[in-house]
Amino acid sequence: MSQAANTGIQERPVPTAAASRNSLSSRSLPRWAPAAFAGAAIVLGVGIGAAAGWQSRIQWGLLSAVLFVVISYVTTSVVENQRQAKDRLATSIVWVCFLLAVVPLASLVWTTVSRGAKVLDVYFLTHSMAGVLGTAPGGGVYHALIGTLEQVGLATLISAPIGLLTAVYLVEYGKGALAKAVTFFVDVMTGIPSIVAGLFILSIMLIAQLQPSGLMGSLALTILMIPVVVRSTEEMLKLVPNELREASLALGVPKWRTILKVVLPTAIGGITTGVMLAIARIAGETAPIMLLVFGSQLINPNPFQGAQSSLPFYIWEQYKIGSEASYDRAWAAALVLIAFVMILNLVARGIARWKAPKTGR
Amino acid sequence: MASSTPIDTPPVPPVQRKRARPKASGRAGDKIFLGLSRGSGILLLVIMASIAVFLTYRATLAVSKDEGNFFTTLDWNPVGDKPVFGIAVLLFGTIVSSIIAMAIAVPIAVGIALFISHYAPRKLAAPLAYVVDLLAAVPSIVYGIWGALFLVPYLEGLNLWLDQFFGWTYVLEKTEVGVARSLFTVGILLAIMILPIVTSVSREVFLQVPKMNEEAALALGATRWEVIRLSVLPFGRSGVISASMLGLGRALGETMAVATVLSPSFVISAHVLNPGGGTFAQNIAAKFDEADQFGRDALIASGLVLFILTLLVNGAARLIIARRKEYSGANA
Repeated sequence: MSQAANTGIQERPVPTAAASRNSLSSRSLPRWAPAAFAGAAIVLGVGIGAAAGWQSRIQWGLLSAVLFVVISYVTTSVVENQRQAKDRLATSIVWVCFLLAVVPLASLVWTTVSRGAKVLDVYFLTHSMAGVLGTAPGGGVYHALIGTLEQVGLATLISAPIGLLTAVYLVEYGKGALAKAVTFFVDVMTGIPSIVAGLFILSIMLIAQLQPSGLMGSLALTILMIPVVVRSTEEMLKLVPNELREASLALGVPKWRTILKVVLPTAIGGITTGVMLAIARIAGETAPIMLLVFGSQLINPNPFQGAQSSLPFYIWEQYKIGSEASYDRAWAAALVLIAFVMILNLVARGIARWKAPKTGR
Repeated sequence: MASSTPIDTPPVPPVQRKRARPKASGRAGDKIFLGLSRGSGILLLVIMASIAVFLTYRATLAVSKDEGNFFTTLDWNPVGDKPVFGIAVLLFGTIVSSIIAMAIAVPIAVGIALFISHYAPRKLAAPLAYVVDLLAAVPSIVYGIWGALFLVPYLEGLNLWLDQFFGWTYVLEKTEVGVARSLFTVGILLAIMILPIVTSVSREVFLQVPKMNEEAALALGATRWEVIRLSVLPFGRSGVISASMLGLGRALGETMAVATVLSPSFVISAHVLNPGGGTFAQNIAAKFDEADQFGRDALIASGLVLFILTLLVNGAARLIIARRKEYSGANA
């Protein structure tokens, strides 16, 4: 790698000493130039867009972005030199990329918050949709909240131990073909689409003649959750310093006690974080719930029997009804779901920082 | 699941305190613990295998009664005495929308990753990386309703404009009127959805470039772009490829976002701006409610194809990553 970098530089015709002398004496653009280019590009873009009568502001933005890149490149290559111009071109493209990505993502968050806040109140959180006409305002998300909590809780109860043990196996015991196979398939499993996990449980349900219930949804979520738990736990266990294990083993402590009492407690902060991030990931899954839990308008606190709802499924349901009131409910539920996921994420990362595994001493 | 309470394994009393055997593996606790942890490893393999077996079993039930050709029929009608269904449209739609998503997302994601790792002011970089990771956690159904209720109306102007100026490319010609619930819009939405994961994996890779390489380039008078071109990009190439493959895997299997945005139809049309088309996951979500038992088997058959497709893509991505173990996208 480093060789390639070196030869690349050496092939440059201009000796470095001359270049540096040049750059000291040659003209260069002021520091505020990029901001000025951006301003000019936006003005031009909006001007042309408005003059040509383009309806959507997306076009205005795209045009401004292109203009910004072109203006920076041309001006720099005229005022400075070709190499600086290329550098400026790359810099402006990277900035444009960043803005291009920020705009839709910010818009997503803003839309959800502003539209969701309209109907989100205590009533919404504590009432179900029982007896509420889909197209009429009113109703709430309580039954879906219960469903999500129970399904996700069950899935966590099943997949956290399995995932943890698998990670322990891979890090503490794993050698040979089995460990390699498990590692590979854990990686492949992270990529299984949620709908395929749902179809798998569905095929079992069709064979065993089972009825839809919260548990079936949890099983599908388990398949999605296990690989995430395994990967993050594995990373954390690898960070535990070997000296700790050796010290414990040297005192005659059996390996399993070493793992339970020394290795796992050392990494517990990171493991908790991993599990919480995994929970955040599966809490938003809609497809398996749609196939396996069936959805319900009523409060069903029993995840082992009968149809249930869940937050993401509720959003989908309300979206499909397609009236103004149901859209409002969908946005409010989306806000609840995002808040749930974000809080989990923030707390998880907080724990990770607070209880970071003690490497070294 | 038998192994659901591993932590509570009762502590086995230390029997042989006086005459410790030379081999620790002789102890009962060790055997149990090893058995449990190896067992859950094997359980994972069993799950993977049974996914393949069960899906294949139900799929063969359906495909054997298919009156059309499963791979070429342009219809999905698995009811009655003469069920006819085929995956041609779904395969086409899935691949086209994913290609559009990749074409948009990968360059931009690499740009953002470079921005965070090399261009952004120090104070901005850490929070930005954090925000990108948070965005990866936004549920797909939320992207879906945002796409359907917000993005679709906004894209109509862009669609007309693309048709007007690039209609001659055939692909971007809009021959049917209608809202922008097209494969192109789906591609844009998928691109936005996979941006965070591709970005965060690429950023990890870019941050691992040996500082010495970059400093060497800088010391020779390279501009920042030359540093990136000569030392960062060559080092990160395989990482970016595998990040893109991970993103592709997500795009292929995305269900809810596509189901909310697309207005499905069973035609293959290279005019990506026209409303219509379908993807595997979207078709399953849309047809599931009205499907009887046989219809569900047919959907499982299409799901099996999707499973194989994502398996291939993810397997390839992992094989590329396997050369450099340190960047794994699983936690991102």
